[in-house]
Amino acid sequence: MPFDYLLFLGAFLFCAGLFVVVTRKNAIMVLIGIELMLNAANINLIAFSSYDPVALQGQIFSIFIITVAAAEAAVGLSIIVKVYQHFKTADLDKINELKG
Amino acid sequence: MYAFLFFLTFFLIYMVFVVYAERKISAFIQDRFGPMEVGYYGILQTIADLLKLVQKEDIVPLAADKKLFKPGPVIIFTSVFAGFAVLPLTSDFGGAAADIGIFYLLAIVSLDVIGILMSGWGSNSKYALFGAMRSVAQIISYEIPLGLMVVCVVMISQTLNLQEISYQQGIWWNTVNSGAENYLFGIKALGINTTNIGGILTWNIFRAPIFLIGFVIFFIASLAESNRGPFDIPEAESELVGGFHTEYSGLRWSFVMMGEYGMMLLVSFLAAILFLGGWNTPLPNIGSVVLAEWTSGEPGTIAGHIWGAFWMISKAFLLVGLQIWIRWTYPRLRLDQLMNLSWKYLTPASIILVLLSAIWRLFMI
Amino acid sequence: METSNIIFYIFGAITVLSTLYIVLTKNILYAAFALILTFIGVAGIFIFLGAEFIAVTQILVYVGGILILLVFGIMLTNRLSEKKVVSPSYNKLFGFVIAGGLFVLLIKGILQANFSALGWINQETSSPSGIREFGMTLMTDYVLAFEIIGLLLLLALIGAVRIAGNTRKEAEDAI
Repeated sequence: MPFDYLLFLGAFLFCAGLFVVVTRKNAIMVLIGIELMLNAANINLIAFSSYDPVALQGQIFSIFIITVAAAEAAVGLSIIVKVYQHFKTADLDKINELKG
Repeated sequence: MYAFLFFLTFFLIYMVFVVYAERKISAFIQDRFGPMEVGYYGILQTIADLLKLVQKEDIVPLAADKKLFKPGPVIIFTSVFAGFAVLPLTSDFGGAAADIGIFYLLAIVSLDVIGILMSGWGSNSKYALFGAMRSVAQIISYEIPLGLMVVCVVMISQTLNLQEISYQQGIWWNTVNSGAENYLFGIKALGINTTNIGGILTWNIFRAPIFLIGFVIFFIASLAESNRGPFDIPEAESELVGGFHTEYSGLRWSFVMMGEYGMMLLVSFLAAILFLGGWNTPLPNIGSVVLAEWTSGEPGTIAGHIWGAFWMISKAFLLVGLQIWIRWTYPRLRLDQLMNLSWKYLTPASIILVLLSAIWRLFMI
Repeated sequence: METSNIIFYIFGAITVLSTLYIVLTKNILYAAFALILTFIGVAGIFIFLGAEFIAVTQILVYVGGILILLVFGIMLTNRLSEKKVVSPSYNKLFGFVIAGGLFVLLIKGILQANFSALGWINQETSSPSGIREFGMTLMTDYVLAFEIIGLLLLLALIGAVRIAGNTRKEAEDAI
């Protein structure tokens, strides 16, 4: 398989994630978009790592990415749940108390 | 490929008989007869039930979310069945001997939570939703002690490959890894070499006696993983009708049930491999009375296959029987008791066991 | 075409199609479940690239953990009703311009960089992708990062529990 295809896939996932983050207002959809972007980064790391003759740096780095994604999802969702309890909505545009 | 075909047929035959066994054992425990009409002692009852289930209408509630409701049970069953892909059945036969076998198994089994959530939410019914949420909370909580027990075993055996873990617990370890040695209780300083004695003395629960506790924790967690009593809160009939599969009927309902019973078999196989020696015989060689060699064949030979499959399957069935026994003797736990048990007792205990097995590993080398 | 190539394309197609579905669907729950397919597709590609451990970790953490969290989040922030859980997209044109522009830019960059022509890409690799080497590397060369990531997880756990839990006590504190 051509190496470029893997990078195209990563780029596509990243842009799709970006699109989701930009266009959706629901907080959970934004989180989904972020997960997509993190996955895109992982694909690139693993793709380069599989051609790395020396070490497993890419794979190890992607383990860290996965862990950070897990931590981020846990904290993010707890914040979303709290916000929902307070504002009765998870729509990010309606949570604008600071907007004067 | 052969392993796939074997496990599929084995699984279906097992299904027919485990349901019969469950009804008979529960009847015995409750001092009644159980199924008696169909066939001799009601032995064909499950087949009649199966025929009935196949003919039943596949009801999809009007308000249900069909895209989630329909594939839910299939995902539950598929993910459980995919777990069989790495199980070694005998010394030379079984699923893929993947290097990450046990890790893969834990991951793929966690997929069935997705199926439960899909069917619970898709049913659009409060019973189903509550059942699904309870079930998922329970499975995720108990995955931690389960996973930590697996970590303990992996630390002692230094491999994730299930076939290798099995080899280590018997007299045939030398055939794949010359120079490997087992000692009594795993303690090298004792100097009692059990590599050629084999039998129960080289099972993991004896190689590292702390696993006697570990096995109990694993067993309790696996009961909860497969939503079995006394942890069957998710489908508590008296409160939730049937839990996440309240709205299902016919073939889809039977998929859910197959998922549950399949999970029982899978965790029993896993417990047998991790703690009870896998396909190895329980009888040790005593001097010139080489019981272990009489009751197990050399890997690769026909005798090896037959004895291996025999020990493996009988160990697994024994554990399945134990699960059924427990279900019909213990009352159901309350939700808070369930969570307490997992988070306040099992998880700390298994963390301590991880530490202890790290120390035990030091004795072994 | 080799079998392995076909498998790669299948997993790639799963990933791309499910991602497109996430982008296009209005239903949050469908998007979350489509995300599973994306993750599984990506995991398949990881296996294909010889990173089995990462692939299984991907399934274990993302599907078994993060996704359940997401679905729970959806269920806790929506009421069970006849209506479906929808979240329409806004500023579609704007978003499309940004994302599409970035995509074109990245594609151009990848094509121009021409990674396939790099020397070390075409080297015959005897990559030590075994799990043993992986573990050794993780516990020796990268042990500090490994410990820190463990600490981060612990902190995230405590933080999440602190934020989401214990509503009653906080109400008392407020008074």
